This record gives sequence, C-alpha cells and structure tokens, in this order.
Amino acid sequence: MESTSELPVSLIPNHGSWLRYLSFSLDHKVVGIQYLVTGFLFYLVGGVLAGMIRTELATPISDYLSREVYNEVLTMHGTIMIFLWIVPVVNGAFGNYLIPFYVGARDMAFPRLNAVAFWMIPPAGLLLIASFFIGGASQSGWTAYPPLSLRTPALGQLIWIFSVLLLGGSSILGGINFIVTILKLRRPGLKMMQLPMYCWAMLGTSILVVLSTPVLAGTLVMLAFDIVAHTGFFNPAIGGNAVVYQHLFWFYSHPAVYIMVLPAFGLVSEILPVHSRKPLFGYTTMVYSILAIVFLGLIVWAHHMFTSGTPPWMRLFFTIATSFIAVPTGIKFFNWLATLWGGKIALNSAMLFACAFIVNFVLGGITGVALAQVPFDIHVHDTYFVVAHFHYIVYGGTVFIIFSSIYHWYPKITGRMLNEPLGMLHFVLTFVGFNLCFGPQHWLGMNGMPRRVSEYDPQFTLMNQISSVGALLMALSTLPFLINVFHSAWRGRVAGNNPWRALTPEWLTSSPPPVENWNGPAPHVEHPYGYGLVETTP
Amino acid sequence: MPSGHFLVSVGLILLGLLVGQRVDMLPVQASVNAPVYDELFRVLFSIGTMLFLGICGLLVYSLVRFRRQPGDFGDGAAIEGNLSLEIVWTAIPAVVVLFVGLYSYNIYERMGGMAPLADHSVMHAMPATDPGSGDRVWGGISTVSGETADLTVDVTALQFAFIFHYPEGNITTGELHVPEGERVELRMKANDVIHAFWVPQFRIKQDIIPGQPTVLTFTANRPGTYPIICAELCGPYHGGMRTSVVVHDRGAFDQWLTKNTLPVA
Amino acid sequence: MFGLVLFLVGDGMTFAGLFAAYLTFRAVNPLPSGGVYDLELLLPTINTALLVISSFTFHRAARQLRQGSGFGCRLWLLITAALGAAFLASQMLEYFKLPFGLTANLFASTFYVLTGFHGLHVTLGVLMILIVWWQARAGGSINRESHFGLEAAELYWHFVDGIWVVLFGIIYLL
Ligand code: HEA
Ligand code: HEA
Ligand code: CUA
Ligand SMILES: [Cu+2]
Repeated sequence: MESTSELPVSLIPNHGSWLRYLSFSLDHKVVGIQYLVTGFLFYLVGGVLAGMIRTELATPISDYLSREVYNEVLTMHGTIMIFLWIVPVVNGAFGNYLIPFYVGARDMAFPRLNAVAFWMIPPAGLLLIASFFIGGASQSGWTAYPPLSLRTPALGQLIWIFSVLLLGGSSILGGINFIVTILKLRRPGLKMMQLPMYCWAMLGTSILVVLSTPVLAGTLVMLAFDIVAHTGFFNPAIGGNAVVYQHLFWFYSHPAVYIMVLPAFGLVSEILPVHSRKPLFGYTTMVYSILAIVFLGLIVWAHHMFTSGTPPWMRLFFTIATSFIAVPTGIKFFNWLATLWGGKIALNSAMLFACAFIVNFVLGGITGVALAQVPFDIHVHDTYFVVAHFHYIVYGGTVFIIFSSIYHWYPKITGRMLNEPLGMLHFVLTFVGFNLCFGPQHWLGMNGMPRRVSEYDPQFTLMNQISSVGALLMALSTLPFLINVFHSAWRGRVAGNNPWRALTPEWLTSSPPPVENWNGPAPHVEHPYGYGLVETTP
Repeated sequence: MPSGHFLVSVGLILLGLLVGQRVDMLPVQASVNAPVYDELFRVLFSIGTMLFLGICGLLVYSLVRFRRQPGDFGDGAAIEGNLSLEIVWTAIPAVVVLFVGLYSYNIYERMGGMAPLADHSVMHAMPATDPGSGDRVWGGISTVSGETADLTVDVTALQFAFIFHYPEGNITTGELHVPEGERVELRMKANDVIHAFWVPQFRIKQDIIPGQPTVLTFTANRPGTYPIICAELCGPYHGGMRTSVVVHDRGAFDQWLTKNTLPVA
Repeated sequence: MFGLVLFLVGDGMTFAGLFAAYLTFRAVNPLPSGGVYDLELLLPTINTALLVISSFTFHRAARQLRQGSGFGCRLWLLITAALGAAFLASQMLEYFKLPFGLTANLFASTFYVLTGFHGLHVTLGVLMILIVWWQARAGGSINRESHFGLEAAELYWHFVDGIWVVLFGIIYLL
C-alpha cells in the first residue's frame, strides 16, 4: 500500500504548496478536492451551455444558434453535467474525502489507482469540449440513440464515445476502490452497522457502478464499430436492431440516476442530524432501503422505452417495478423528517439547502412515479415534462445537496467558516431561480412542447421566457457562492476543529486534517449519530 | 391532539382532491382515449398534491416549531427509531403505488394498450380486440395489425417530414385527414432514423423505428385541426418536423376524399 | 485480491452485455439469405480443450511454487503461456478460414466482436503469464513467500477460461 507512512507524521506539513493539487497526489483528501474543483469547473461549462439553451429558447424561432449547434450544445450540456459534474462530485469528491475518515483508515485501499482514476477525468472532459472546435461535437443527445448517432458527423460522435468510455472507466476504478475500502479497511472493531450512512450509500452506489457501467462500455464499443467499421449492430438499414441499443444503454443509465442520487442521500443523512442535534432516525431501515433501491434500480430500465415498441407485458412489469422504488425512497424521506422532528434545528445555509432538497426531490419523485405509469408516460414522453422531472431531481436534489455539503464541510477542508449572509443570498437566488426555471416546464410538456427542439409553437413563449429568467437567476446565484468561497478562504472566521460539534470521525481531528488524518490512532466511533446520548462540549 | 391530526389529514385529502379535480392543465380532448387519460391524470395529480403538501407542511412545521433558540447548545431528544412508525410509512406508500399501478393498468387496458401485438394467431384468439368492443382505441406497435379499422393510412416518417398515403383513393399528402368518430389505423414506417408520432390532443405517442413496422390506432372525436409533432430527436430540423391532423365530420371527409382521389387512368 | 474479483465482476458484466445483445439479435433479427449460424466445430473444440487444459497447468504452476519448486513453477507457466498462444494462433486460423467478414451480417459482426474481445483478454493473459514467469526467476519478486502476482494472474486466467466456455456454448453450440 503506497502512502507516506514511512515518514513520521510530524514531518509532513499540513499545508503543502497548493501545487500538490495539480500533482499526481496519493492523499485521499487531495484527490477528493481535485475531484470537487474539477467537477465545479465543468459545472460552470455545463452551465454556460445551459445558458445558451435558455437564450435560444427565449424566442420561439431558431435564431441565436444554428440548429446543428443547438443539438451539439444540448448533447454536451447533458453529458458534461452528468459525467463530469454530478458523478465525479457526489462519488469521487466526497467519497474520497470522507470514506477513509468514516472507516477509520489513513487512506483509500488503492491510493495509486485512485489518482489514476481522477487523472482520467480532465483529459476526457477537455477532449469533449475540444470536439466543439474540431469538426463539431456530437449532436445526438446524451443518449446517442442510433441510427441518428450513426448519421451525424462521425468525428464528434467518436470523441463523445471515447470520452464517455474514459469517464466510465474512471468511475469503475473508483467504485472498486470504495467497495474494498469500506469492506476491508475498517478500523478493527468497527462494525458495518456503526458506519455513517454515507458509507452505505457509497457501497450501494459502487455496486451499481461495477455492475452496470461495463455494460455501457460494451455498448459504446459496438456503437463505435458501427460508425468506424460499418458493422450493423444498431443499424436497421443493414439488418441491425436499434432498440437493442436502447435496452443496453438504459441498463446502465437508469442505474446511473441512482449513482447520481444515492450518494446525495448519504450526504443528507450526515448533515441533518448534525444541525438538528438528533440521532439519525431509523438507521437500520435506512440501510435496507439503500439496498432495496440498488436492487430495484437494476430492473427498471425499460421505463425509458415505453414508446419504443416494447411488448405490453414488459411495459407492465417495468411500470410496477419502477413504482415500487417509491417505497424505499419514501422510507428515507420519512426518516429524515422524523430526524428533524423534536430537534434543535439551526437553519443555516447547509440546512436550507438540505431542506430545499427534500421539497424539490419529493416533487421530482412524484412526477417520476407518474412517468412510470405507461399510459401517463405515452403522452409526456420526450417532452419538457421529462426535462422538468429530471432537473427537479438532479438539480433540485443532487446539486442542492452538493451545495449543502460544501457549506457543511468547507470548515473541515479549509479551517475557515463560509459567510452566512452570502450563503443565504446564494440559497434564495438558487431556490427561486430553480423553481422559476423548471416549474413551468411541467406545463410546457403536458401541453405539447417536445424536448430537444430549438424552435417551438409561439403559444409557449411566455412560459419559456419565465423559464429563461429562472435560469438567469441561477446563473447569478453562482456569484455570491464564488465570492464566498474565495473570500472566506482568506478572510473567513477561523472555524476551530469542530465548529458544528459533530460526532462523525472526520471532525475528531484538526481542521484541515493532517496528511494521515489523525495524529494518533484513529478514534473508535461507536455512535456517529449519538446526539443526546454522547456528551458534546459546546 | 389526535383530533388536530385528524383534521389536518382530512383537510389535506380534501385539498388534494379539489386541486386534482379542478385544475385542468391539459390540451383539449380530441380523441376517445383523451378522457381516459385525463382521468388517470386527475387521480395522479390528487395523490401527488396530497403527498407533496403533506410532506412540505410537515417539513416547514418542524423547521419553525423546532428551531434552535439562541444560546441553546443542548441536543434534541435522543430517539433513534420507532418500529411501528417505520411499518406505517413503508405500508402507506406501498399501498399507494400498488393502487396506482393497478389503476393505471386498468386505464391502459381501456386505452387498448394491452392488446397482444405482433402475432396474428394470438390476435384472433382475443375477442377483446374485436373492433366491436367499443372503447379499445390504442393499438400500439405491431408487425401485423389483425384489427379491422375503418380507415387505414400508411405513414412514412423521414428526415424531416411525415408522408401520409391513403390506399383507398391512392392519395398522398403531407397533412393527415381523418373522419370523426371512426377508427383510424396508421401503419407507420421510418426511412432513416427514429421519429415519433405525437398528437397532444389525442394523448397518443408512438416511436417510428426504422426496420420495425409500427401500427397505431386511434379514434378522433372532435372536429378541428391539431398538430402532429415529431417527438424523437431526429436531426437538426427535428424541431421543425411537424404537420397537422384535420378531423372532419363524415360528410366533409368524404368530400375531401373524393376531391383528392386520383382519377383512375 | 478482492479488488481484482470486483474488477472481474465488472469485466464479466461487459461480456454479459455482449452476450445479451447477441441473444436478442438472434431471437428477433432474422439473418439475410446466405447467413448461417452454424460454424465449423473442429477448431473451436480444440481451442476449448487448449484453454481448459491451460487452467490446470496454471494451477499446477502455482502448486509447484508453494511446494518450493521455482523451476517447476516456471516450467508450468511456460506451458500455460504456450497453450494460450496456441489458442490465439488457432483462433486466427479460424478467422482466416471463415467464409464471412466482419460486416457480412449481424451474426458475423457479433461473432467477431465477442471472440475478438475475448482474444484480447487471452492476449493480455499470456503477457501477464510471461511477466509472472519473469518475476518468478531466481531472485525475482515472486517466490515461495510472496506470490500475490501469480495468484492474481491465475484468477484472471481462470476467468478468461470460464468466459470462453460460456462463449463456446452460446455461439458455437447453440
Ligand atoms: C438522479 C437522477 C434521477 C432519479 C433519482 C430519478 C428517479 C426516478 N425517476 Fe427519473 N429520470 C432521470 C433522472 C432521475 N430519475 C433522468 C435524467 C431522466 C431522463 C433521461 C433522458 O431521457 O434523457 C429520467 C426519466 C424518467 C422516466 C422516463 C420518462 C420518459 O422519458 O418518458 C421515468 C419513467 O418511469 C422516470 C421515473 C423515475 C422514478 C419513478 C424515480 C424514483 O426513484 C423516484 C422516487 C421518489 C419519490 C417517489 C419521492 C419520495 C417518496 C415519498 C415521499 C413516498 C411517497 C410517494 C409515493 C407513494 C408516490 N424517470
Ligand atoms: C445532471 C445535471 C444537470 C444539471 C445540473 C443541469 C442544469 C441545467 N439545465 Fe439541464 N439537462 C441535463 C442535466 C442537467 N442540467 C440533461 C441530462 C439534459 C438532457 C440532454 C439531452 O436531451 O440529451 C438536460 C437538458 C436541459 C434542457 C432541455 C434541452 C432540450 O431538450 O432542448 C434545458 C432547457 O431548459 C436545460 C436547462 C438547464 C438549466 C437552465 C440548468 C441550470 O441549472 C444551470 C445553472 C448553472 C449555471 C447557469 C452556471 C453558472 C453560471 C455561469 C458560469 C455564468 C454564465 C451563465 C450564463 C451565460 C447564463 N437542461
Ligand atoms: Cu423526426 Cu424528430
Ligand atoms: Cu430511469
């Protein structure tokens, strides 16, 4: 196991040069921050692309972007947001930073593999962005359905395939690392049922990553063969079958949505107890519901294909299986509400984002259950209703939790507090902008606006403009956030080691932590949520 | 305070039903299965409203009622769980989704979506798919249709247009014309990439997949002109790939038919 | 080692995806006239035998090492590598003898992608064996006390072997 363990801990400076963040570092905390910052930069890129989408859609005619470019922009927006922002951040960033603390280890199981996994991301992302400038990016949507993806300009599509393969590879390596770390690197005496919930969430997520991502890899290789070697796997013109691609793609990409949200569920479970000063309610059922989501998540993929000519029995099966995901998910939500009930809640920025997550996700989840009903889906499939559904979950859920987590763990990472009033401003702008942007899209979809179009019926102008204003507010909301993050890094109030008086292991060391996490032996935390049970000093 | 809880729950249920029934957010109903669809929509909307408002209400109430007082550094009550509560909130969603699933199955059945497709022999073994049985209006995809329709139209989708061909009368047109109240069967095929046929006012949508002949049936019942929209990304002009369907009463339709029928040479 | 097992699970899922695609194609997409599913069975059967035997020889090599015979271990490793190489050669031979090319029809394409992907695994495996063989030389990093590399390579080799048996069953016999 590579690590700096040969050096006495006291000889390793806590504050290395910032250049280590640009290096092939093996320290899990450095890797975690590398993931976080890289992911955020790509979020800004994806956000600028979203801004271009919303600018184009502010008027009913296709004027601001050419139609080809619009399709490139929307494909890249989806791909970048999913594969370069959400997945690397909720898994890679927080996973790498927190998991070794939570299991009481000094680093991940395979530090070198970890660094390799991270360094696969920047080239893949840059390549993807570069494809805009060399012959045009992929135009077939993030789903890349053939035969369209076989007919759009080949270079951009191939770059897209290559990048996604790299990112998928990175995510598989990360997943293996997490599973081994959680199962094998636990501090002696620490039981599985004593682990903080985020570990369970990451265990479930990583199982999904290992089981489903390779299938996507195989599928994309076949797609590449179709493009380069003119085989006919997915090309009906020469005897192939385009629907098989859809099955294989969604076999990965439905689990992928839980890869994007399960870690966020884990993060909420860490944040709520701390700021409401109560134990996490129903730990055991929370664990089982994660496992249930993992299992169900693997057998519902065809709900994306209700209009693709799937046989009726298949539609029925996938309707029922999909609907049942609401049960374990609901258990988690009710347990979170019960965690808040009777607590002493500090409504700071971290909590505001976490509570808004509950509101947004419940709405997105309910529209999800509606979409799972075949007859309902037939009308709204491939419309803005679906766009609204998944932004409520992906943005209103996961992105809100990423922000919440940044407010929560910033003092740990930097040793300084973020500014609260700026945080509140950030929250209000984001929450209002978000609902303005995606709320009206439900109505648009039901009333006849398909997705992935750069022009639309003028009757939809007003709603689209409201939506665009919302997007503008969301863009503005990043300003107070960025100012806050940079300003507080130099000028923020010094946090002390444990400003939240939290009980999980990452807080039982200095902030920022030393290279090997603890200057002594790892503490044994039997009750990571023992508020009211364990003495906490004010 | 059980009566308080009771009142709140009843209020919530009533509010949910009210919102679900009153708000009409869908386009006009122009086909036989549109009202069926809207029935499902209302039920889902009612249930969704109750759940959403209930959860948000609980959340906001907790945030206000249990907020930390300044200077209070104590902890909340150390309750780690409660088995009967867990059972209750596992059971309630389970019952709700089971009901929703069965109910939407029933809706789907009434729309005709469960008609066995693609296999001629099964088709005939199923009396329910008989055109006589009235309200089965949606056929979905199939390689062979097996149902007798009042009017059959061949649809070809290509980048970036729909072409309609009426075998009866040998008419080829870019705009679909159908008679009111009669069962229309579209036999669809795609020439290049995947397209989708969507008429929001009919509440039907079906992908048109190359290499896979598709059948879609519907019964329009409200004269007027409605948009046909391609709903599947099919290339740069995907957004412009739209046309109209004109629903005539029988007389007007016959007129249209005779006017456009090519004289037999 | 657990990490490797997880990796092989993932790798196995890639194969599973390809197999699933193959089976679906086969079930729903009729071949154009002239296309056939039946293949010459002689070479592939020999191939199967080669790989299965090589699993045993690898196992033998590992046992030799544990019993302290570095020489025996290296010998059996070489035999295993040779069997793997023979497999690859015979696979190439089969490719040349086949009447269809990569793009002939759906079956042909899936056939080449599946066997090719598997061939890639065998090639990697043979390279791995050679590396282990080199490390097992006197004074090398693999010896009686420390033989993680050898065991990892062995596990991988059994995995590749197992995949072939499934592949053989599905593609040649079905
Ligand atoms: C993080 C991402 C994420 C998550 C978590 C989900 C979660 C869910 N999704 Fe979503 N979905 C997407 C991202 C996500 N989705 C994306 C990106 C697409 C579009 C892809 C594309 O085409 O580009 C999509 C599309 C999509 C479709 C296809 C629509 C179409 O194209 O026609 C469907 C259909 O079934 C669906 C269903 C669901 C369901 C049932 C859930 C469930 O998991 C939700 C469960 C949660 C709740 C229900 C709320 C909490 C529960 C309670 C409070 C209990 C009580 C509730 C009830 C009894 C109802 N989603
Ligand atoms: C996974 C995460 C994720 C996230 C976080 C977002 C965030 C946003 N998304 Fe999107 N989106 C997807 C995933 C995501 N999206 C996917 C998967 C698709 C489907 C693609 C497909 O169909 O293939 C999609 C599609 C999609 C569409 C539909 C396009 C179409 O079908 O034609 C729209 C339209 O409004 C949209 C809007 C937005 C907006 C306004 C934001 C905003 O929240 C973004 C806010 C952030 C910023 C604005 C960045 C910060 C600000 C600056 C850097 C300043 C500069 C800003 C400007 C120039 C305005 N997204
Ligand atoms: Cu045709 Cu979109
Ligand atoms: Cu899904």
